[in-house]
Amino acid sequence: MALLEAKHITKQFGGLTAVNDVSLTIEAGSIVSVIGPNGAGKTTFFNVLTGIYKPTKGTILFDGKDITGLRPDQITALGICRTFQNIRLFNAMTVLENVQVGMHTRLNAGLWQIILGTPSVRAEEKASLERARELLRFVNLDHQRNQLARNLPYGDQRRLEIARALASSPKLILLDEPTAGMNPQETAEATNLIRRLRDELGITVVLIEHDMRVVMTISERITVLDYGTKIAEGLPHEIRSNPRVIEAYLGKGAAVHGTVKVEG
Amino acid sequence: MATRKGQVSPPVSLWAQLRTMAGRGPAPYVLIAAYAAIVSALLLSNPTTGLGTDMVVVLFLLLMFVIYRAPTMLAFKLTLGTILLAIIMPVFGVLNPFYIDVVTKAGMFAALALGLNVVVGFAGLLDLGYVAFFAVGAYLWGIFSTPQISNIVPGTEPLHGSWFWLFLAIGLAVGALFGVLLGLPVLRLRGDYLAIVTLGLGEVIRVLATNLDRPINITNGSQGIKDIGRPPLFTEPIFQSLGITISQVQEYQLYFYFLVLIVLGLTVFVVHRLNDSRIGRAWTAIREDETAAIAMGIPLVRMKLLAFAVGASFAGVMGVIFSALQTFINPPTFDLLRSIGILSMVILGGMGSIPGTMLGAVIVTLLDLQLLPRIATELAALQRRGIPIPAWFDPAQYQRLLFGLLLIIMMIFRPEGLLPEDRRRRELHYDEPEPAPETQQSASVTETAQSAEG
Repeated sequence: MALLEAKHITKQFGGLTAVNDVSLTIEAGSIVSVIGPNGAGKTTFFNVLTGIYKPTKGTILFDGKDITGLRPDQITALGICRTFQNIRLFNAMTVLENVQVGMHTRLNAGLWQIILGTPSVRAEEKASLERARELLRFVNLDHQRNQLARNLPYGDQRRLEIARALASSPKLILLDEPTAGMNPQETAEATNLIRRLRDELGITVVLIEHDMRVVMTISERITVLDYGTKIAEGLPHEIRSNPRVIEAYLGKGAAVHGTVKVEG
Repeated sequence: MATRKGQVSPPVSLWAQLRTMAGRGPAPYVLIAAYAAIVSALLLSNPTTGLGTDMVVVLFLLLMFVIYRAPTMLAFKLTLGTILLAIIMPVFGVLNPFYIDVVTKAGMFAALALGLNVVVGFAGLLDLGYVAFFAVGAYLWGIFSTPQISNIVPGTEPLHGSWFWLFLAIGLAVGALFGVLLGLPVLRLRGDYLAIVTLGLGEVIRVLATNLDRPINITNGSQGIKDIGRPPLFTEPIFQSLGITISQVQEYQLYFYFLVLIVLGLTVFVVHRLNDSRIGRAWTAIREDETAAIAMGIPLVRMKLLAFAVGASFAGVMGVIFSALQTFINPPTFDLLRSIGILSMVILGGMGSIPGTMLGAVIVTLLDLQLLPRIATELAALQRRGIPIPAWFDPAQYQRLLFGLLLIIMMIFRPEGLLPEDRRRRELHYDEPEPAPETQQSASVTETAQSAEG
């Protein structure tokens, strides 16, 4: 069953077409990568899916509902959450609070209930704390929970972003370069964590990634963007030997000589 | 703190040792009780107006913050705080009517600063027109309790003072409404742009107050509104039974002192509750990173408007109280400088910090109303006695200069404020003792990350 269907998405900024007629179908329970050279429009595509940008043309169906043009917070409430290419944590808040912020759409306490401190609010707050701890244990950050987010080492910040996204109980998680700037060992851990998102939590994963080894090991399908256009889609081994993909990455002529080399 | 400034601190500094000693076992109870006893004795034994008493009043108010932060039982804090604020201070106020006025003002500004802190400190929306909501509350009661009302609705009598209580609630609601109204046009703006627009809107309210005397005289223009109604006193029997006779002026002073104290207490309570909730977390998230906040499912519009409304509602209530306390209001009371003054309280005390904001308000109010004028008069007295201070030096002229210098020094040496927001402390209530933090700080990882990003 298709969890997400993006149909003919176009996004223009003035005269610049950042995403051009891209269609993408994500099956529930799959891990899908979106790759492409820098400036190919991958992050813009994510921003369109999550509602930060409204598409110039095209429709997005999520879980059978049309979510085109909804606000980001509405889309999050429906079950799509994301991480950012440049980590965007709430730096002055603790690790635990960062995760609790992610739960915002799942909590119901209203202004007056909070002021009066009703039992339901207290119970909800306690439950949210438990749940946040659980998620932090899942990404192995529970021991850091009272640290300020800004004081975490880089790799931990990446994992905290994932935990925060998980807090909104998403059906689909969009990861924007989750292993950027990591050393090989951290990359392996991150890859493992991404796989656990799907295997243990049943969340569908879409990731933008540059590290070809990560892409080729965990993706079930790959979509390639170049200059805002989808140039290829398919299984990892198909993408690896697709001449247009090789051309996009290495330039004209390279395609003649063979396949994309796995880096590292 | 020493390490943060890059100095190598000894393993356990003398200060830290003292702090641990003062915080252990019965020590804090004894120390605080002793402090409270000494300050109370000093206040009550010598209630004259002068520099000495000024200092004791400052110590008294600082005591409130020591109690607030002390590692003691809540019951102890509440009992001591109640004794000091509800008995010692009013008795001192009867003995010397000057100071209780200053303390009432300090409390009023503390509540205002707490309201602004919701907008600026929690939600990170720099609002330079905050005093507008204060003005709205003040004019609301000012108009309805004076003959101004008959200009708007012909044939209406001014409302009796007992309506005051209802108008506290109306002030709250109208303040919140204006908060939303002024918040709506600025929702899309951030940072500097937001500051400029709120500044403009704040001025608009003041200019309206100045010019709404034609065609219908609503605000009485730059003349201001005088003889604003006061709530009827109901405390005479209490004083009679205690065998005390005090003038009506003093009775009103105490009356407003307690009113402000109660409203301030409620404000602190509400702000605390909100800050520790999903709403408070959403505000902080918006302050930290708006894009990330909205991507995490926080409805920006609703949360920002809520921050504006909550902040403005406190100002609305305080405006109603202020107009009844002063019995006279005019537009210059609500100028930009007043907004800046309240903002400087928030920044001085520590943006986002509840005790910090109140401390900032107390300090700025005391400096403004009491200490700087006092220093000026003392200097002038010295001058008259022939101490060689040049005649052209008029200390009264230098009050604002001194205040400005203080702010500059503060911002250079302690930009986070006097009592900065400390989120970690708050979290610690919930948990078992903190496990030792991981020692292997992956500095190398951070380096790799940076080089990879570059």
